[in-house]
Amino acid sequence: MLTSVPPETRETSAPAAFLNAKAAWRWPEYLFWLSAFALILLLPNRHLLMNEIAILGLFALSLDLILGYAGIVSLGHAAFFGVGAYAAGLLTKYGVTEPVTGLLISGALAGAAGFLASFMILRGTDLTRLMVTLGVALIFHEIANRLDWITGGTDGLLGVAPSAILGRFEFDFTGRTAYVYSLSVTFLLFLAARRIVNSPFGLSLKALKDNRLRAATIGIAPNRRLIAIYTLAAVYAGMAGALLTQTTQFVSLEVLDFSRSADALLVLVIGGSGYLYGGLIGAIAFKLMKDTLSAMTPAYWIFWMGFILVILVLIGRDRLVAGIARPFAPLLRLIGGRRP
Amino acid sequence: MTSRFAFSRRAAIALGGALVLAGSPALAQETVKIGLILPMTGPSASTGRQVEAAAKLYIAEKGATVAGKKIELIVKDDTGTPDVTRRIAQELLVNDKVSVLAGFGLTPLAFAAAPLATQSKTPMVVMAAATSSITEQSPYIVRTSFTLPQVTIGIADWASKNGVKKAMSLVTDYGPGIDAEKTFKERLTAAGGEVIGEVRVPLRNPDFAPFLQRVSDAKPDALFVFVPSGFGSQFMKQFVERGLDKSGVRLIATGDVTDDDQVDSMGDVALGTVTSHHYSANHNSPENKAFVAAFTKAANMRPNFMAMGGWDGMNLIYEALKKTNGSTDGTALLEAMKGMSWTSPRGPISIDPKTRDIVQNVYVRKVERVDGQLYNVEFSTFEAVADPVKAAK
Amino acid sequence: MLTILFDGIAYGMLLFVMAAGLAVTLGLMNFVNLAHGAFAMAGGYATVVLMTRFGVPFLACLPLAFLFSAALGLVFERTLYVRMYERSHLDQVLFSIGLVFMAIAAADYLMGSSQQNIQLPSYLQGRITVAGVGIGVYRLFLVVICGLMALGLQLILARTRFGSQLRAAVDDRRVARGLGIPVGTVFAITFAFGSGLAGLGGALSAEIVGLDPGFPLKFMLYFLIVVTVGGTSSLTGPLLAALLLGVADVMGKYLVPQLGAFIIYAMMLAVLMIRPQGLFARGR
Repeated sequence: MLTSVPPETRETSAPAAFLNAKAAWRWPEYLFWLSAFALILLLPNRHLLMNEIAILGLFALSLDLILGYAGIVSLGHAAFFGVGAYAAGLLTKYGVTEPVTGLLISGALAGAAGFLASFMILRGTDLTRLMVTLGVALIFHEIANRLDWITGGTDGLLGVAPSAILGRFEFDFTGRTAYVYSLSVTFLLFLAARRIVNSPFGLSLKALKDNRLRAATIGIAPNRRLIAIYTLAAVYAGMAGALLTQTTQFVSLEVLDFSRSADALLVLVIGGSGYLYGGLIGAIAFKLMKDTLSAMTPAYWIFWMGFILVILVLIGRDRLVAGIARPFAPLLRLIGGRRP
Repeated sequence: MTSRFAFSRRAAIALGGALVLAGSPALAQETVKIGLILPMTGPSASTGRQVEAAAKLYIAEKGATVAGKKIELIVKDDTGTPDVTRRIAQELLVNDKVSVLAGFGLTPLAFAAAPLATQSKTPMVVMAAATSSITEQSPYIVRTSFTLPQVTIGIADWASKNGVKKAMSLVTDYGPGIDAEKTFKERLTAAGGEVIGEVRVPLRNPDFAPFLQRVSDAKPDALFVFVPSGFGSQFMKQFVERGLDKSGVRLIATGDVTDDDQVDSMGDVALGTVTSHHYSANHNSPENKAFVAAFTKAANMRPNFMAMGGWDGMNLIYEALKKTNGSTDGTALLEAMKGMSWTSPRGPISIDPKTRDIVQNVYVRKVERVDGQLYNVEFSTFEAVADPVKAAK
Repeated sequence: MLTILFDGIAYGMLLFVMAAGLAVTLGLMNFVNLAHGAFAMAGGYATVVLMTRFGVPFLACLPLAFLFSAALGLVFERTLYVRMYERSHLDQVLFSIGLVFMAIAAADYLMGSSQQNIQLPSYLQGRITVAGVGIGVYRLFLVVICGLMALGLQLILARTRFGSQLRAAVDDRRVARGLGIPVGTVFAITFAFGSGLAGLGGALSAEIVGLDPGFPLKFMLYFLIVVTVGGTSSLTGPLLAALLLGVADVMGKYLVPQLGAFIIYAMMLAVLMIRPQGLFARGR
């Protein structure tokens, strides 16, 4: 894909400088990742929740790749999360117990599924895409349910016991290994995504998203790019699913549930889409909110989740489109204010 | 420039959020913590509500102190999602240092948490989930609910004694349903009957019509049904709507179908339905009368078999603590639980020391109107039934 | 066999009643309202409360359920939805999912988490045999009511002044306003009407598919499938789509139960692949 930009444009300094400037790291980004890694030591008793956050963040990041950079609205992204989760579970159960190997294979399988599914989302309006992606996820859910002799059906897949990561790091009971593992994978995949979206390929995607017709007239082939990014997003989602399987040692039908797709979308709205950090920040906010609310009122927390969402959409309109979570800041400060 | 400014704000938000994570792990030495993990939201929410209400009622009635220790119940919502159940269980063990895990509304939820019980050597009291194989997932699992094969035996034997030769079964397509289907077929065939057709209904199924039509075509003597509680009334109405009750197909079921929570609002269509189960709110004993009265007062609903599982689960934990003199060592608690027997509102029950599964009476009941309300009225008892699947091994 | 065909038609009609309101809001007003099921649930609960607490007869409950949901819809339209018309579909999706969450928790809080049942009057129970085909009385009732409703809706939209005002307002809000059409009022009435239909659908369907706080999410998918397969430019589309899906689903489960829910999903995908605008859309 990168070769579609003629070589001479790269040598001219202005576009190159533009790209470099876009790709340069800013200090808050260092801060973000440093604190994420520092939490390994700082918060030893919330590793499990942080592990979930890292996985949800990666999953939302994967959705951001297609939503924020290619404008594809999906209500069925869990399809690929689920493929990855089941692939990792089955691999572990039937011999490939080393997590990193399992992760890579699961990602590849999810990518293959994404590649095949991508041909269905090339046509139609937002609404059609919404329904097509949803339909694909529903069918995957039903397949996993029907193939109960391999997937365990509604009861879930038992006996998933991954060995030590790279043969050295055993999963421990406090979830520390799990968090370090998920965070590292998320970080590496984030780096790759960051390179990709700041490359000429990434820019061409944005052009497509903004105005497909205009992009086509300046020689950007839409379909090949959409297929490529959709496949990539599926690989990411699959790896997030594999991480969940390996760190929880269990797979159930819920990995393919509609609510998982919807969660990822909510996360992106909270965090903002189109700048890669949205999924990660959104995941932090979303999980903390859910955790706090459901600790306060186990039965009715969902009401307050809904309330926050409605308020968020009503108020945050313009700023959300720009990908900024500013309307959310007072709320977070409110939660932050209650720290000991 | 604006984007740079915006980013630093975002980073600040993220950091602020991260700091919130630093909760304060309060550790009190003289309390025994029980982690009660239940689906409080989502499709199985009613299970969670019943169990929670019963557990809280138990503590309110028997006091919050046992063997000199204060009991603290921590209720968590797992939304019916297994990976959440597992994370919550793990956090309860690591951070809250709970001595007992309890609850578990559905089979996969219990499956997901089972390895943790083994690793941490913590007793795990299953109060609701009913697939037979759950107790085999960890040597630390003890069950106070029931297993589907256990309650299916009652109705299968009753059917063959009452002239059912050709039966069909209709079950929901998941673990407990398949357990029920298998047991029913085995028992009926062993008694000389025949199962002429087996229909499995998807878990998310809005309309029973096509499945009932197959039953109507096959014209069996009786239709054996298992659907999870909540689907029972829909099923019952459509059964009658199709005229199956008049065409001579006798409806027999496990007690899930005529769940106490639901049966009164089903109306006359439910009258006369014969089911077998381990608990009916109508069970005639002083213990049960007191329990039903207290529960109805406290929770403003009729207790069902889920509430019973929660109540007896709490009783099991209390009695085990008394036996260990307040020691919260997991293995000691587990040993204390094994073989324990007591008279519960549902009747005499005990924990089989070998399988750690519940042994209890199974009652055959018929829906009748009692004091203006519909109840499952017990008329025949199979005493001290153990889970037949594990007994056969 | 004919019985099962009839069951399919009745099930399809039921899908249509529940989805008709959505066809109005989504199809005509171009608003993705995932909270549609919440209005249906409100209608269902209104019926339950009226019947069990106040002893109102079932038939009288139906129009009341319609009015209750319509009033609820009107309030929400004026206060909240009106701000969302110009937004992207994505915003609308999230906004309405938020409402769904709130509705689920509210219903749980007010009505409890267990299934609610209604008692049909005896003349709607049981079944009759017509020319050797067994037909459930309630299903026959559904088919008749829904058929009349579909006809009525189509007439209102195509023949009345209000219908043409609505279609004009949807096609181009500014021009319509310029022509003196009270766009805000037209939208409010339409939305209330759509919500009312949902409420009626909820009241009618409680008997067959049950009613609990999870209702809006459980059936959201079915509503959406019907409307997208049918196309969003008319009401005949969703009607035919609902019938097609209903018959295919019921027949499929009867003939090959192993396939389960595949049929309805696969049909949706196939239709959207071949005709992204929906099966019966003429395209705008």
